Amino acid sequence: MKLTGAQIFFECLKKEGVEVIFGFPGGAVIDIYHEMPKHPSIRHILVRHEQGAAHMADGYARATGKVGVCLVTSGPGATNTVTGIATAYMDSVPMVIFTGQVPTPLIGNDAFQEVDIVGITRPCTKHNYLVKDVNDLARIIREAFYLARSGRPGPVLVDLPKDVIQASTEFRYPKTVHLRGYKPTVDPHQGQIHRAWDLLKTAKRPVLYAGGGVIISSAHKELLRLAEMLRAPVTTTLMGLGGFPAVIRTEDGQRALHPLWLGMLGMHGTFRANMAVQNCDVLFAIGARFDDRVTGKISGFAPKAKIIHIDVDPTSISKNVLVDIPIVGDCKKALQKLNELVEKEPIPNLEELRAPWLEQIRQWKETYPLAYKQEGETIKPQYVVEKIFELAPEDAIITTEVGQNQMWTAQYFHFTKPRTLLTSGGLGTMGYGLPAAIGAQVAFPDRLVIDVAGDGSIQMNIQEMMTAVCHELPVKVAILNNRFLGMVRQWQELFYNKNYCATCLDASPDFVKLADAYGAVGLRATKPEEVEPVLREAFSTKRPVIMDFWVNPEEGVYPMVPAGKEISEMLLV
Amino acid sequence: MSMTRQNGLRHTIGVLVENQPGVLSRVAGLFSGRGFNIESLTVAETNEPGLSRITLVTTGDQHILEQIIKQLNKLINVIKVYDFRDTEFVEREMALIKVRAEQHTRAEVLRIVDIFRAKVVDVSPHFYTIEVTGDDGKIQAILELLGQIGIVEVARTGKAALARAKKH
Repeated sequence: MKLTGAQIFFECLKKEGVEVIFGFPGGAVIDIYHEMPKHPSIRHILVRHEQGAAHMADGYARATGKVGVCLVTSGPGATNTVTGIATAYMDSVPMVIFTGQVPTPLIGNDAFQEVDIVGITRPCTKHNYLVKDVNDLARIIREAFYLARSGRPGPVLVDLPKDVIQASTEFRYPKTVHLRGYKPTVDPHQGQIHRAWDLLKTAKRPVLYAGGGVIISSAHKELLRLAEMLRAPVTTTLMGLGGFPAVIRTEDGQRALHPLWLGMLGMHGTFRANMAVQNCDVLFAIGARFDDRVTGKISGFAPKAKIIHIDVDPTSISKNVLVDIPIVGDCKKALQKLNELVEKEPIPNLEELRAPWLEQIRQWKETYPLAYKQEGETIKPQYVVEKIFELAPEDAIITTEVGQNQMWTAQYFHFTKPRTLLTSGGLGTMGYGLPAAIGAQVAFPDRLVIDVAGDGSIQMNIQEMMTAVCHELPVKVAILNNRFLGMVRQWQELFYNKNYCATCLDASPDFVKLADAYGAVGLRATKPEEVEPVLREAFSTKRPVIMDFWVNPEEGVYPMVPAGKEISEMLLV
Repeated sequence: MSMTRQNGLRHTIGVLVENQPGVLSRVAGLFSGRGFNIESLTVAETNEPGLSRITLVTTGDQHILEQIIKQLNKLINVIKVYDFRDTEFVEREMALIKVRAEQHTRAEVLRIVDIFRAKVVDVSPHFYTIEVTGDDGKIQAILELLGQIGIVEVARTGKAALARAKKH
């Protein structure tokens, strides 16, 4: 029996196990929308802006580990997704983006709502396709999902001309994918694992530096096991937060920082994490890519260390920092193999060997702990984040916008489980947090999902509040409202002679009334003692909530490494 | 087979690609998007249906070259990247050179053509068009000599390269 392109589209999505599409209709994809009601197993979330659709698919993918899917129309519909696609690309998020396209005879004619989206997204997708023949449609969709989730994951775009969607053919879903040029190395080289172990077992001052790859490959248990067996301290990147349990339960049931946890490293990393990296003798990078926000001045990064690096993407190895022992492969597999070696041959007198190093780290922690003081009448933004951590259940999912709100979340919310922090690390996309929270809430309707936002960032995609209300997705938005574009203001204060040009947001909407206008709940706290009651009320409400916290406008994120400096050159307050 | 340039070494790289739409733009876009330089680029189908070979010449230090090769390998449509650094290889380029050929210079032009084993492929009352094939040095040399007589136009193909076959 012959199926139309639109029917084939849905059959393919079912084969891939797709449960939800984030989308926005238009002329070029109207045939797909016409077919949609016949496939009730696939839920459609109607967004208010296509950027929101891309971020929601991204948030869904990061929270679940599955491929996120969005569907938009041609032209402006397609271009509106580009920021979302680039965000996912930088953070290796598996996504398939379907864009409508004008009919093939009109391509290149500057037709209505035509744009070369395959050309536009070539540098920010893992791969992309223009489907020119309905007979290729099933194969291409199969390849797109395979590419999106395998190797180093990433977004794959499929451009669907209207006539291809309307044409018919026999539906055959390929059993296997055959791509001659694509064979990611997943199994690490055993010899390299041995070399890594030889280096690690003689290390006096090792540091494990984990990135988003640990979370993507679900290697968090293996990482914890390795750290404990080596008694090695662990730092993670922003993307790696949650890949190592920052907090454990003590015997009396209290929560305490894991003794091997250093906190995040880099520009806004902790003093002890940065000092540990700068003084270690072996730095073991696991699924991390030596981003400039992590390394600071490259030539002065980890100057005393031999470096081991696991990454599934060979281009990440020795790109920024020259590596002594490269291991190309999946983090989980590599750590499993390494752990086997460590188990077989425990390091003798480990406690004594490690004592001076751990003592040094303890001293660094005591010298400059992460600290702020909640005093006076104004709310400190850090206090809000700490209270969220205190009151939220352990499986809560936190998303952030970008800027100070993001860094305070990274510093003061102690992530213990993977896939509980969704944040735009690589691209730094303001406006990411709310739609990502909606995507995560679609995947986990019963979990608490909180977007920690700034008053600047939240306005980049505030329209998606309507999506949350419509679909009864009870996301909570906590706005750290400082009436500034805070992070840029902080740079202006420190490095641009306090010239606060274009960073003052003295005219913003009344966020409580705005919540009300969308049909959500609006709450406000202007004094420190109001923070906890507002959070408690929000967390117990089964509807979307915007919380407007009026925080100290001139609070900064510290420590801070000025751009271009070595990461030991920190501004501490 | 590399010579020193201001910003590093000159490298010839071969890229075997699937003949899909947009593949050349993916390769070229990778270079422009990452700030790598392309000095010359040739592309055409191979004997195997569906496959094309790109030969490109680029400059950069060893570190940049490593990145270029890794990034090329990462492209989905790229099947194989040939790094000619450590292997013997043959490279050729073809150039068409239109040169002024008046009564008193024709003999000299023909002599140069002969010496370089080039060919005159078009003749008109005032011009010869010459086809010449060779490595970079040879093309440079003939351009220099003919330049003294008067070159009107030049079209160069850019380099094509293959690794030498194993002797045994």
